[in-house]
Amino acid sequence: MSGAVTLSSAALSALMPMHLLVGPTGHVLAAGPTLARLRPEAPLAGCRLLELFAFRRPVAPSSLADLLAQAGRRLSLQFRDAPRTAFQGIVVPLPDGQGALLNLSFGIGAVSAVAEHRLTASDFAPTDLTVEMLYLVEAKSAAMEESRRLNLKLEGARSAAEEQALTDALTGLRNRRAMEEALARLTRHRARFGLIHLDLDRFKAVNDTLGHAAGDAVLGAVADALRAEVRDCDVAARVGGDEFLVIFPDTADTRWLSGIANRIIARIEEPVPFGEELCRISASAGITVSTAYARPDPERMLHDADAALYASKRAGRGRATVWRAAGTPDPESSAA
Amino acid sequence: MHGLINRALQRFAEDTHGVSVWSEVAEAAEPGLTGFEAMLVYDDAVTGRVLATLAERTGTPPEMILEDLGTYLVCHPNTEALRRLMRFGGESFTEFLYSLDDLAGRVRLAVPDLVLPPLELTEHARGSFSLTAGPGIAGFGHVVVGLLRAMADDYGALALVELVFDGPQGARIGISVAEAAFAEGRGFALALAEGAA
Repeated sequence: MSGAVTLSSAALSALMPMHLLVGPTGHVLAAGPTLARLRPEAPLAGCRLLELFAFRRPVAPSSLADLLAQAGRRLSLQFRDAPRTAFQGIVVPLPDGQGALLNLSFGIGAVSAVAEHRLTASDFAPTDLTVEMLYLVEAKSAAMEESRRLNLKLEGARSAAEEQALTDALTGLRNRRAMEEALARLTRHRARFGLIHLDLDRFKAVNDTLGHAAGDAVLGAVADALRAEVRDCDVAARVGGDEFLVIFPDTADTRWLSGIANRIIARIEEPVPFGEELCRISASAGITVSTAYARPDPERMLHDADAALYASKRAGRGRATVWRAAGTPDPESSAA
Repeated sequence: MHGLINRALQRFAEDTHGVSVWSEVAEAAEPGLTGFEAMLVYDDAVTGRVLATLAERTGTPPEMILEDLGTYLVCHPNTEALRRLMRFGGESFTEFLYSLDDLAGRVRLAVPDLVLPPLELTEHARGSFSLTAGPGIAGFGHVVVGLLRAMADDYGALALVELVFDGPQGARIGISVAEAAFAEGRGFALALAEGAA
């Protein structure tokens, strides 16, 4: 055979540390040093190639001739016994029907193979890019970890900023913007909901006589009262100096809402200690529900709740009034 | 300056001098600065001010800080990932030195926008080398000196590493390896230990 070269087994091992030399009977004659390291207990030489390895491609060759029919193509195989390390490889025939030469590599499974068999850089030929691949895997993981950390931090900052943008700084309740968003969402989805508009009575007197710090303490107490009476799914917002609005998703029962409003008012009427003084205020409420409208509109509903609220004020404060479609607020407004 | 370099400086300051010293230095160098993000890029002037402020605050010359930074990157447990990446360069200190020619390229493969000055190793005689660093990062030579000394220890090699010069046009470092396997170095396996980051 012209151009044939003869290599010593040492040269073959240096060039291809994962080669297999197979004789005409299909038995392994010699294995490269890295491949031999994978089976330190049982020498590969002397075993039948097809008993050592299961081939995924070509599918189940039954003889060396079957395998050699795939000469030059990409082979996919794995050890039959555990650990079932997988390889990709290539087979070429030896001259004059003397058998075959296979060269294997770990391919994409290199990371786990290296860990499992405790391989070192010297187990790979200098032309093999496996070590470079391991380097890249580690470098990319480190870079990815930094990116992930940054993303988490930015996500945390984003949600904190969003939370801040929707929160009333003084009371910790939602603010007007959050209330408007919730209202728009509910009407857009044609959801059933109720809302209570609340305005404090005699708040200005507290502010004027005891100062703004007392006013702030009172507003905090009102916020606590709201938080105590509403559910987690409800939206309680401070929408003006002493104006509050609570949205109750899935609730359009005016009697139930009146009950809640009266309980809130009763809590607000409990005196708030401020220094030596006790601050006494009350609140008036207006209620409306989405089911009172053919096509609920946020602006219209806020306007009607406000009208009901003023009916409460006119009727003597400290009470809740349900808005009625006829345009005349419910005469049986209930005092708290 | 790339965030990774700034962050290296930050972690060095935190791990060596404490988080409170770092916070003071950062705030003094750049009002509002609390820390660097590894994947962002910052104005070079900020890095310069942080280094100068850290030097002033710790009473250490900037050149010494940079050299210590190089050592820190190899020796400190918090930067073990980086030591591992360096050890991929070769199985002996000499092989590692040869791999420095590829360092800038390797780094670019992993983080495309991190451009390090190119390094070129010349072997004058057996065990006697000089390493030339291109321009681009002020003080880079000092960092490399600290890093090489630490890597020699890491491999267990007995080597002398001296800065010949470091300036705007780049740096040159002289390296003589007396014994490549002088002492037991720190271990290195290709595979990352279970549970390690």
